Amino acid sequence: MWALLKEFLVFLRQEKKWWLVPLVVLLLGVGALLIFGTSSGIAWALYPFM
Amino acid sequence: MAGPVHILGLSAYYHDSAACLLRDGAIVAAAQEERFSRVKNDAQFPRHALEFCLRHGAIKPAQLDAIVFYDKPILKFTRMLESYLAVAPAGWRTFAGILPSWFSEKLDLRKTIRDQVPDLSASVPILFTEHHQAHAAAAFFPSPFRESAIVTCDGVGEWATTTIGLGRRTELELLKELRFPHSLGLLYSAFTSYCGFRINSGEYKLMGLAPYGEPMYENTIRRDLIDLKEDGSVWLNLDYFDFLRGTTMTNERFHRLFGGPPRPPEGPIERRHLDVARSIQVVTEEAMLRLARHAREVTGLPHLCLAGGVALNCVANGRILREGLFERLWIQPAAGDAGGALGAALAAWHSRWQGPRGRPDDDNPEADAMQSALLGPSFTDGEIEDALRIHGAVYERLDSDALLRRVVAWLAAEKVVGWFQGRMEFGPRALGNRSILGDPRSPRMQSMMNLKVKFRESFRPFAPVVLRENAADYFELETASPYMLLVAPIRPALRRPVPAGLEGLARLAAVRSDLPAVTHVDYSARIQTVSQRQNPRLYDLLQCWRAATGCAVLVNTSFNVRGEPVVCSPDDAYRCFVNTEMDALAIGSFVLERGAQPSRQIARRVPLQPD
Repeated sequence: MWALLKEFLVFLRQEKKWWLVPLVVLLLGVGALLIFGTSSGIAWALYPFM
Repeated sequence: MAGPVHILGLSAYYHDSAACLLRDGAIVAAAQEERFSRVKNDAQFPRHALEFCLRHGAIKPAQLDAIVFYDKPILKFTRMLESYLAVAPAGWRTFAGILPSWFSEKLDLRKTIRDQVPDLSASVPILFTEHHQAHAAAAFFPSPFRESAIVTCDGVGEWATTTIGLGRRTELELLKELRFPHSLGLLYSAFTSYCGFRINSGEYKLMGLAPYGEPMYENTIRRDLIDLKEDGSVWLNLDYFDFLRGTTMTNERFHRLFGGPPRPPEGPIERRHLDVARSIQVVTEEAMLRLARHAREVTGLPHLCLAGGVALNCVANGRILREGLFERLWIQPAAGDAGGALGAALAAWHSRWQGPRGRPDDDNPEADAMQSALLGPSFTDGEIEDALRIHGAVYERLDSDALLRRVVAWLAAEKVVGWFQGRMEFGPRALGNRSILGDPRSPRMQSMMNLKVKFRESFRPFAPVVLRENAADYFELETASPYMLLVAPIRPALRRPVPAGLEGLARLAAVRSDLPAVTHVDYSARIQTVSQRQNPRLYDLLQCWRAATGCAVLVNTSFNVRGEPVVCSPDDAYRCFVNTEMDALAIGSFVLERGAQPSRQIARRVPLQPD
């Protein structure tokens, strides 16, 4: 995972696409919620909003 | 002293995943995953293909020097992000659908590969090539040319959809590229889908349908849908396509332009579909010709290598050859994504290891490094007999000459014969080791093989396999076509007049030549030439056939039925054999007749899939 992150940062620097960072962070956050929100201990924090 | 360098190339996750093993730059083995999983065009991680390659090379994962994947996941992922962002909020549904697989396995491919290959040493590097770099490497490095122009063309890789490159000895450079969403491959796939065929597998059907129609919509396509530039680049008018925003390739506006909604799969084929197929084929050929011409101008070289899915359009390839834009043409037999596994491995061998090429020989175009594309598994007579015994098959063992004589006698009696010999082919075409053979002179062979053996659409033509030295006697083709990737006209002397007034699919019924089973309605044929060096067993069979009948041509179609991959093992072959009306089977040293087999049902390992 760290190698991937490092490569991604190198890619962003080379291509000068820093504007992708907030988008990827947002996607990772949503992805994490979708994955862990269904069966883990943070489900209680999600259901009140649904 | 260090041992040989082993590089494993992989392609996966789009369609036709595959693995390929190189030893000091020579191809040891290569195969598509679909042949083992029995799932047509399987896109899953090629676990079985990888295991086969290592087993065939007699090495363990720990002995690998590198694994190379055929595209760059970060680049591809960010292309998708940018594309969806450009049309947001449209397309969010598709985008949400693809995210889980990207986060779980496609993005962190190093982890995925290490998980799938557990004994891989931590020190083995996992490398990545760009998608079209892999295609270009697969096109040039195994070719017989010391230096060559290269054209790659497919749906899309990371950003590139078409590239022009230059190969010199062990170096390769991509000079120009066309970027997503503008893509000749996607354009052809959009029409494939519109005409009711499956994308990434039905393109061949669209090409086969084209000669039945007229190019009524050619001007419409060029006026409204695309801007075809002089350099061969194709710029799509995105107002007519839906692949960025929705789940289909085309939208309502597109459908109105061509006079109605898309043809549903298995729906009736109307005159309109024939004309649409012909029109897009004509436009594709023109685009490929312009690309080839531009590649010649840019590189100044007399040879051309082709790869990418569009290079499987053998009608366009035949036109490039006939137009004389290049002195010689070589097309990677696994031109689609499966060949990316080979290209990725070769690119790493020549760039990271600075490894030498084999012995390219410009004067001998047949001296390529593909080993006739016979790179898959083979089976001993013992293994074949075990498989036959398990099924209770009734078989006879013959020596080599007797087997050839028996097969020739069957063929001469208009029987359809399964032919399973040696190593399986790499790439989409069966080239005479996993084939079904028939007599091309028989007027009823085409419909019999299509409907009773292959269970496929009656309009689809069959390909001839011909002795290399006799090819020019039957076809207007002076060069070798060892991989069935060139279409050429049948000689006028062999043609027969077709009754006037026949139109569309009705033309299928007319006997068009002395070789009706392999002559398409436009008097063309998709030719495979065979030399002794290329495939000695098939060559001997054709020699024996010619001696018995005076004809040096056979029908050669892949050993499978519609909806399943080409057979891989003797078990697959027997199951396919008894589930069709194929008359006989020659497998290794054994021959079997359909009528003598036990009548009990033997199911396929995997049910037939939508095609």
